[in-house]
Amino acid sequence: MESALKPDFQFLDEVESHGPFEAAACYQCRKCTNGCPVTFAMDLYPDQVIRKVILGQKDDVLRCSTIWVCATCETCTTRCPNDVKIAEIMDCLKEMAARQNIPVPQPQARILHQTFLKNIRRHGRVFEGELMAEYLITSGQLMPKFKDGTLMDDMKLGINLLRKGKMPVIPKIHKGRKFVSEILKD
Amino acid sequence: MKVSYYPGCSLEGTAKSDYAESLHAIAKAFDIQLEEVRDWHCCGASAAHSINHRASIELAGNIVSLSSKLPHEDLLVPCPMCFNRLKTAVNALKEARAEQYRVQLGDEIPNIWGFAEYFSTPDMLEQIIQQVVKPLKDLKVVCYYGCMSNRPPEITGAEDHENPQIMERILDKLGATVLDWPYKTDCCGASMVLSKPGIVHVLVGKLYDMARRVGADAVVVSCQMCHMNLDMYQTQIETTWEKKFDLPIYYFSELIGLACGIKGAEKWISKHITESLSLLDRLGLLKSNVTPQVEAVA
Repeated sequence: MESALKPDFQFLDEVESHGPFEAAACYQCRKCTNGCPVTFAMDLYPDQVIRKVILGQKDDVLRCSTIWVCATCETCTTRCPNDVKIAEIMDCLKEMAARQNIPVPQPQARILHQTFLKNIRRHGRVFEGELMAEYLITSGQLMPKFKDGTLMDDMKLGINLLRKGKMPVIPKIHKGRKFVSEILKD
Repeated sequence: MKVSYYPGCSLEGTAKSDYAESLHAIAKAFDIQLEEVRDWHCCGASAAHSINHRASIELAGNIVSLSSKLPHEDLLVPCPMCFNRLKTAVNALKEARAEQYRVQLGDEIPNIWGFAEYFSTPDMLEQIIQQVVKPLKDLKVVCYYGCMSNRPPEITGAEDHENPQIMERILDKLGATVLDWPYKTDCCGASMVLSKPGIVHVLVGKLYDMARRVGADAVVVSCQMCHMNLDMYQTQIETTWEKKFDLPIYYFSELIGLACGIKGAEKWISKHITESLSLLDRLGLLKSNVTPQVEAVA
């Protein structure tokens, strides 16, 4: 029988090469998990993610929804008694998962980030109206939102924002654009 | 006094007609000239630090570099996300591993300030006292800071990151009743409002509920992402929670404008999605309600 655990003990080094994050200093006090505001939506708790990084459970952490539920509110990093950069490890895992195109159960957060970066690469500054529309289309939310009626709420909000001078219809032309598209080329 | 100013993208969009305009007006009233950083661009925000670390440091670092071309000591940043990213970049670009990034910083780096922080120095508070013409009597508020202006404190330099007092100090001088509450720095989930609205409804609903429980009639913020999240979706969140909250969300800058009689205050507040003028009207804080005596003082 094949073992369920396939530890990759290089993984901790691989993660730390983007740090230092001090993951190995974790002594599992769970202060991160206890203060995290979004554990109710996670499949692994933050302390479990850190433990699995140490134990080389690469697949588990790159495929979990926790890393994409993390709001990067930095409560965990701030309160960690051992200075483990937990939120920064979450970011590092997100980037690894995104670059390796690892499928996630709910890819909306990743798609939003990717759409956002495309948007600023194009305009240099976020062009919010276009970002919202493009995200709805690329994330496949258009039809579900149409069916459950929330698309109507969004359209009403959009019109309201236009009316209140909060939604420009043309992006600004400025010289900073070139730098952004250069940085985001790769 | 002249200072450098990095508005950030949303102050040209969803936070333009209330936050940006109120900041410009109060800066003018307090004799602070804002000089915009030339050729500024997006700092990369949540998206860059989530999936492209290098770009997040280079984009934010370049803004600091552009701002150091201006001859001012202070750089004012209204968006706490930009503020946090700029400070993070400065930190990263000072470290031993800085050479991995394609942006370098010179020796002259401006002091990076959040707007609320800038207006809460002893000197500014003294000036606020001088300018108040219409104290915000009977306005019961809680101050809500969110994450990015506070955490992590070794980046933000926040003096009390679990219980900040910056806006409390300002609102106290404006004559408002500031209530204590436990959720000042709890996350509202703004970065997930498009991708995971269900989570946001839980987080923001909790904030509304607690604000009401401690007796607040409004929430005061210094972050346009928190504002968007708490102001724009209130009706939907009320439906989820099966509860009416009816909470106007004011920017601290709008209330400085209102109490100091700065032109435009009512117009900025009218741009919120959640109706926010009638509370002030009931308390007699709008212009149409100003008694002749108070007007004479103004």
